[in-house]
Formats: sequence, structure tokens, C-alpha cells
Amino acid sequence: MNPTVARLTLRGLLGRRRGLLLLVVPALLLLVSAIASGSSADAHGLTVKILGQLGLGTLVPILGLVVGTGVIATEIDDGSIVYLLAKPLPRWRIITTKLAVAIGVTWLFSVVPTLLSGLLLYGTRDGMVLGYTVAVLVAGAAYSALFLLLGVVTRHAVVAGLAYALIWESMVGNFVEGARTLSVQQWGRAVAEAVAGDTAIGADVSFGAAVPLLLVVTVGATVLASVKLAGLTLAGEE
Amino acid sequence: MAQPPDTRSADTRSADTGSADTGVIHDIGYRGYSGPRLGRGYATRSLFTQSLRAAYGLGRSGKSKVLPMLVLAVVTVPAAIVVAVAITMKRDQLPVEYAGYLASVNLVIAVFLASQAPVLLSRDLRYQTVPLYFSRPITRTDYVRAKFAAMVCAQLLLMAAPLLVLYLGALLGGMDFSYNTGHFLYGLVAAVLYALVPTSVALVIAAATPRRGFGVAAIMGYLAVSAAVAAVAVGISDPGTTGSDAAQWTSLISPTELVESLVNEVFDLGVGLDRRYAPGGLGIAVFALVALALVVGSYRLLLTRYKKV
Repeated sequence: MNPTVARLTLRGLLGRRRGLLLLVVPALLLLVSAIASGSSADAHGLTVKILGQLGLGTLVPILGLVVGTGVIATEIDDGSIVYLLAKPLPRWRIITTKLAVAIGVTWLFSVVPTLLSGLLLYGTRDGMVLGYTVAVLVAGAAYSALFLLLGVVTRHAVVAGLAYALIWESMVGNFVEGARTLSVQQWGRAVAEAVAGDTAIGADVSFGAAVPLLLVVTVGATVLASVKLAGLTLAGEE
Repeated sequence: MAQPPDTRSADTRSADTGSADTGVIHDIGYRGYSGPRLGRGYATRSLFTQSLRAAYGLGRSGKSKVLPMLVLAVVTVPAAIVVAVAITMKRDQLPVEYAGYLASVNLVIAVFLASQAPVLLSRDLRYQTVPLYFSRPITRTDYVRAKFAAMVCAQLLLMAAPLLVLYLGALLGGMDFSYNTGHFLYGLVAAVLYALVPTSVALVIAAATPRRGFGVAAIMGYLAVSAAVAAVAVGISDPGTTGSDAAQWTSLISPTELVESLVNEVFDLGVGLDRRYAPGGLGIAVFALVALALVVGSYRLLLTRYKKV
């Protein structure tokens, strides 16, 4: 961790009204929950739909994508990364600092609203809220690391990330059973299932498979991103 | 006529200053163009074709062709598979509805839109080439018109391709001609609407930021989040009661769901519990008006955006 890099990254991410745009995600989740908590429909189904499908399924990947690529891809894109790379700092420390900021911001904007809307919708019964909060916590961190790597590797990080998060996880995952094994969302669910019990949250991947996969992806993405940043070439836009 | 340089030493009073002697204007024979000019319309049409080609990466580097061609394949290949399966099974009807097929590949089409709309608009803003365009005969309106039309056409081509595959396959497989033609036309109407409504919103977002990555994320974020919210709202409402009808109104926040609902209700398509529709005659009117307002409003916003570049 380098405090100066962290401060600058945070400012780049949240400064100049950009923070307000990110705030849309938690606001939306809370708004939908507030409206739904007034409805008479089955509370369990509502919570699964809102926290599972909308929150964990759509908002967390998009937030992870915007934040994960936002901490480094924008700097690489406009070329200002060279000023940072010219400083006597190991490249891996730049990556870990930026990753820490990304995870922190993702958690702030997704875990807190998930917790609040869970309490609003379902109270503290069955460990439901705990389950989804843990799932968002785990998935948020893994998404941040994965998308940060994409931001270093390719100029089309946002598109590649979207293709993974929305098309692979949602569309292909819906039809092809096996695709769910390679889904960050399902790994998060598996961890949450182990913590909160399977009445709270279901997962298609076993806990024993999810934890190694999560560790491999998160640590591997960080290491790979450090290596890639060490040999970064700034290419022009094609 | 090129003339030899005229050293006007005779009439310069340089005899005593000396250094002014070196200041000489040569006439090297530049001439104005006096032939026919192709004019504004030609320039606008050129901008349109260039932008349309750029949307598919044609005439650009190999790398920028990857994504558009990949999307085109992802959208078209399943249609070909559907047709092949239907023909080998000797079905007398396609297992999918033309408009319904578009709705199911919606997400992929949205990815194309999100990645290519900034290619057309954000880059010109970022490298400040927009003022260069306006130093030519084309006006700001022409620029907006050409870019808008190019993106709409790119989207339309992307959606027409799988529809055409389905239609030709159905005809070759000897399926009912009039039914398929009618529903193919419904599909085309849906394609035109999909190409107009979400695209116009995306172009406004793309024109607002000179950063390509941010534009992509913003467009996709808006389209995906609004569609997810609408889907969840319909999903959590109780079917069978009046709540179901009321929840359909949430489709208004999402351009893609809005088109899907409108098409489904107008042409009476789609079945099942998760069918999206515009509720009743009032629904059709409101949905159509909102769609129109989105397109016209976005176009006006683009015009105002480019008033001061």
C-alpha cells in the first residue's frame, strides 16, 4: 500500500461528480427494496429476486467492472500512467494499492446497500441477509481483481468484462449448467452458503471447489496484472 | 503558370539596410481549384459511409474488426443452427418467433451498441477532430445526421442478418410462406425499433464523454441496469392480479424492454408468464409516445451538444 497512490486513485475514481454516478447503484437497490417491501408478495421470493438477481447478478458485476477498470484502465488510456510508473515504486505495489482501493470502493457501494436492503426486505431471519452480504463481499473482491487485470491487459477491458459478466454469467450460465462452475457469482454464493446455510442462499458450485477457484482467480489476477504492468507498452489507439 | 522567382531588388530600398535583401516572396504557382465541387450532400454521405464502415471495423486495423465480427457471428450463428435443426427435424414451423429471437439476443446487440457508439462519437471529441469537420462544407446538423444514421444502420444490419437467415431457412425448408413472411415483417419492424430507440439514447451518452472506456461502461450500465430493474419488477409482482399489469409499466425505464413490450402487444406475439407487453390500448399509446420522445429528444440533444464544440 502506498498512501499517495491510494489517494490519487480514489480521487480519480470519485472526484468530479463521478462518485455521484457510482452512487446510482446503491440508490437503485435501496429504492427497489423500499418499494418492494411495501408489496404483499412472498418476502422470500422478493428477496431472492432483488438481492440475488438484481444485486448480486447485475449491479455487483457492473460496479466491479466500472471500479476495477476505473482505477487503472482510464490512466493507461489517457497515458497519464507513465508519470506513476516513472516513480521509484515497485509495480506490484501500484497494483496492490489500486486493487485495495477498488475493493474498498466496491464494498462500500455494494455491501452496505445489500445489507440495508436485505434488512428492509427480510429482517434478520434465516441468515438470509448474512448470506447475500457475504456473497457480495466475496464476489465484489474477486470481480475487482479480475477486471483490474483486464484493464492492464487489454484496451477493450470494459467490453471484455461486460462480455464475461453479462453474457457468460447471465446468458450462457442460464442455459449451460457447466458455465456456472466458472462464474464468480456462483463462487460467492458457495462461500455464502457455507457461512449462512443453504436455506438462505443456494449455489451450484461446491464450497470445496469455490474457495480454491476464488483464491486462484484473485491472487492470480493480481500477480498477472503486476507482471503485465512491469512490461507495459503504451500503444496508440487503433 | 509557374514563374521564376522575382527578386525585386530593384524597388526595395535595401541598398543601405542589407539584411532586408533576404526577404523574398516566391511565387511557386499555387492555384485555386475552380472545377466542379461535390458539395455538402456528398460530404455528408461520405461521412455516413465511413462511419458505417467504422462501426464494423472495416478499413481499420484487424484488432478493431474482432469485436463487431464476433458479435455478428454470435447473433447469426444460433439462427442458422435453429434453422438447421428445424429442417432436419422436418418441423412445419420455426421453433422461435422472429421478434422473439431479437429479444433473446438483446444483450449481445447492446454490447455491440455500447462498444461502437463511442467509436463513432467519442474519438472525434477526444482528438478534437470535430472542428476539422466543421471547417469543411458540412454543417453541425449534417454531422449529427450522418453519425446518427450510420449507427442506426449498423444496428439494423446486425439484426437484419439473423432475421434473414431465419426467413430464408424457413422458406427453403418449405414452411408456410404467408405466415413466415408476415412474421418476418413483424421482426423487421421490431429490428427498426430496436435500432432506433436504444441507439439514440446510447449516442447521447457517447457524445457526452470524450473517453471511450467510460462511454462504453455508461451505455452498457444504463441499458443493463434498467433492463434488470424492469425484469425484477415484473418478476416480483404477483401474476394473476392487477399487480402484474401495473408492473409492466416499469418497462418504460428501459429502452430495450420498451421496444419488446410494444412489439409484443401490437403484433400479439409472445407467450408465457414472463411475456412483456404494453398494457392495453393506453399502454400502446404511451409506450409508442415514449419511444418517439426518446428518439426525437435524443436527436435534439445531440444537435444542441454539437452547437458548441
